[in-house]
Amino acid sequence: MDLFEYQARDLFAKHGVPVLAGEVIDTPEAAREATERLGGKSVVKAQVKVGGRGKAGGVKLAANPDEAVARATDILGMDIKGHTVHKVMIAELSPEIEAEYYVSYLLDRTNRTFLAMASVQGGMDIEEVAEKTPEALAKVPVNAVEGVDIEKAREIVAQAKFPADVAEKVAEAMVTLWDTFVAEDALLVEVNPLVKTKDGRILALDGKVSLDANADFRQPEHEALEDKDAANPLEAAAKAKGLNYVKLDGEVGIIGNGAGLVMSTLDVVAYAGEAHGGVKPANFLDIGGGASAEVMANGLEIILGDADVKSVFVNVFGGITACDEVANGIVQALELLASKGEKVEKPLVVRLDGNNAELGRKILSDANHPLVQRVDTMDGAADKAAELAAAK
Amino acid sequence: MAIFLNKDSKVIVQGMTGATGMKHTKLMLGDGTNIVGGVNPRKAGTSVDFDGTEVPVFGTVKEAMEKTGANVSVLFVPPAFSKAAVVEAIDAEIPLAVVITEGIAVHDSAAFWAYAKSKGNKTRIIGPNCPGLITPGQSNAGIIPGDITKPGRIGLVSKSGTLTYQMMYELRDIGFSSAVGIGGDPVIGTTHIDALEAFEADPDTDLIVMIGEIGGDAEERAADYIKANVTKPVVGYVAGFTAPEGKTMGHAGAIVSGSSGTAQAKKEALEAAGVKVGKTPTETAKLARAILAG
Repeated sequence: MDLFEYQARDLFAKHGVPVLAGEVIDTPEAAREATERLGGKSVVKAQVKVGGRGKAGGVKLAANPDEAVARATDILGMDIKGHTVHKVMIAELSPEIEAEYYVSYLLDRTNRTFLAMASVQGGMDIEEVAEKTPEALAKVPVNAVEGVDIEKAREIVAQAKFPADVAEKVAEAMVTLWDTFVAEDALLVEVNPLVKTKDGRILALDGKVSLDANADFRQPEHEALEDKDAANPLEAAAKAKGLNYVKLDGEVGIIGNGAGLVMSTLDVVAYAGEAHGGVKPANFLDIGGGASAEVMANGLEIILGDADVKSVFVNVFGGITACDEVANGIVQALELLASKGEKVEKPLVVRLDGNNAELGRKILSDANHPLVQRVDTMDGAADKAAELAAAK
Repeated sequence: MAIFLNKDSKVIVQGMTGATGMKHTKLMLGDGTNIVGGVNPRKAGTSVDFDGTEVPVFGTVKEAMEKTGANVSVLFVPPAFSKAAVVEAIDAEIPLAVVITEGIAVHDSAAFWAYAKSKGNKTRIIGPNCPGLITPGQSNAGIIPGDITKPGRIGLVSKSGTLTYQMMYELRDIGFSSAVGIGGDPVIGTTHIDALEAFEADPDTDLIVMIGEIGGDAEERAADYIKANVTKPVVGYVAGFTAPEGKTMGHAGAIVSGSSGTAQAKKEALEAAGVKVGKTPTETAKLARAILAG
């Protein structure tokens, strides 16, 4: 989960990373009081999860509370690269800046370790720095067990060639940033820019944090950080039912078991769709190994509730779960939906393979549901589902 | 021969007495796996009856190894306790730890990987978030259905469980030397490269099927490895061409970040290394079949 800047700021503050005061608001009028609390001046910053907001006009200075209201009025509702601004942060004005740096910690998947990155060329897109002047970006592996103490932080700072007058303060900030990374179970903590001010302070002026959803069990406070307004309503409904669902922009609804098989199903449908007017998968939905009637019904309910869906492809490989159970699940799910008064009008193509496939297929054939078609190969079933979607 | 697991493997199950552990221990026994014990400190000294097979429960991995000579541990431990369980397996220096558990926090898996490394990697870790591995006809350590296929001459390594099953099913008449599910998490122990190296050295494997998916650069690095080191034919499949950028597709590690980790890049890297890559699982199986038919 990627956080907004104001959420990152709050987490930084919690763990001792030096930041400026700031609070988030969602109405222009609230900008007045927030600015008054900051002594009458502020920076109004659009809160969007995309880079380049400054250039897009999403960051403005306000010399007094009235101006803050005017700037917040301008920025709230603004579209920045397809993201609508619903919130702005009213932040303390930074003291005069002398230098801008970059620091971060992230997971290095390739080397299966954590990585510290630091550069004295901050304030710009770090991927650009990495590409144009790779020597200006220090990358230092961090052992997950050993972590970052002040000694390690000094090593990182030295490798990035920070000037002597700020080195120790940056190292101290690097330790607190590491504390944030570990304590919050983050996949990324990034400060860009980390600034040196004329009065000699080191401050994190903007930041990015991405959190590991797998750690939610020990991070109860993270749930409140979720941006529930931005979630696709179908994704939100699926999440509430405990389903692993991602909305896509095609017409063929997909249900399958196992993440890899479902990803593969999307691809196979997209290939098949090329011959049928370019129809594409409408979603990713992994109902997991169990594939019980209830889970199948929940999944079908989500998919059939998607107005974009023209046909549905249920692709199940029976591993531990036998296909007869899955077939019964499908039949019962359709009955369950009918009994709830849901209109099931979209054709379903079902492919069952693996454990007890013959038995499962027979159950589907015997049920003889008018909307259900059996196709016994994955490629063939994908083609049929694409054809049905194109015909609608 | 096979890789990592054979008929002589003595398997213990950490988390055997939980619901998932019970279910799969029974299935593994049914596939002929030599399960010599379970580990649960709260139930040490007891035993569990699996249809007439008494499996003793030990307090620690170390004790189980001392008493039974176990050399493989399969872990069905909930995410919150997985790190401690893997660290225990590493401390006991068990040669192979198969971590089935899905949903382990990355800070935990990075930590137990760093720990394993600091101890000289005496324990091979497979997973987490994986179906385990099977050497058909000999032993099954994990949750791969044992009845899909028979022993044969194909080696399979895959990030995905169900695609492993699908591929084993497609090629069930030919059979497999071993099939290894390495898992879909961002940090995993055994990699595609480790399995490729082992299959290359395994005289019972004639052809290798490698299944990858979006996220990270493991497939690209495997492609480089194949080019330099693998003489046996390799057939590949990559899932996730239609996955949008920035969305996690079921597996925690299956995410395209910016321009990195795309299926297209992985496919191109594999093809550049001489690997035939199928467009669908079925087509991939056909490619394997054609090569074996000569």
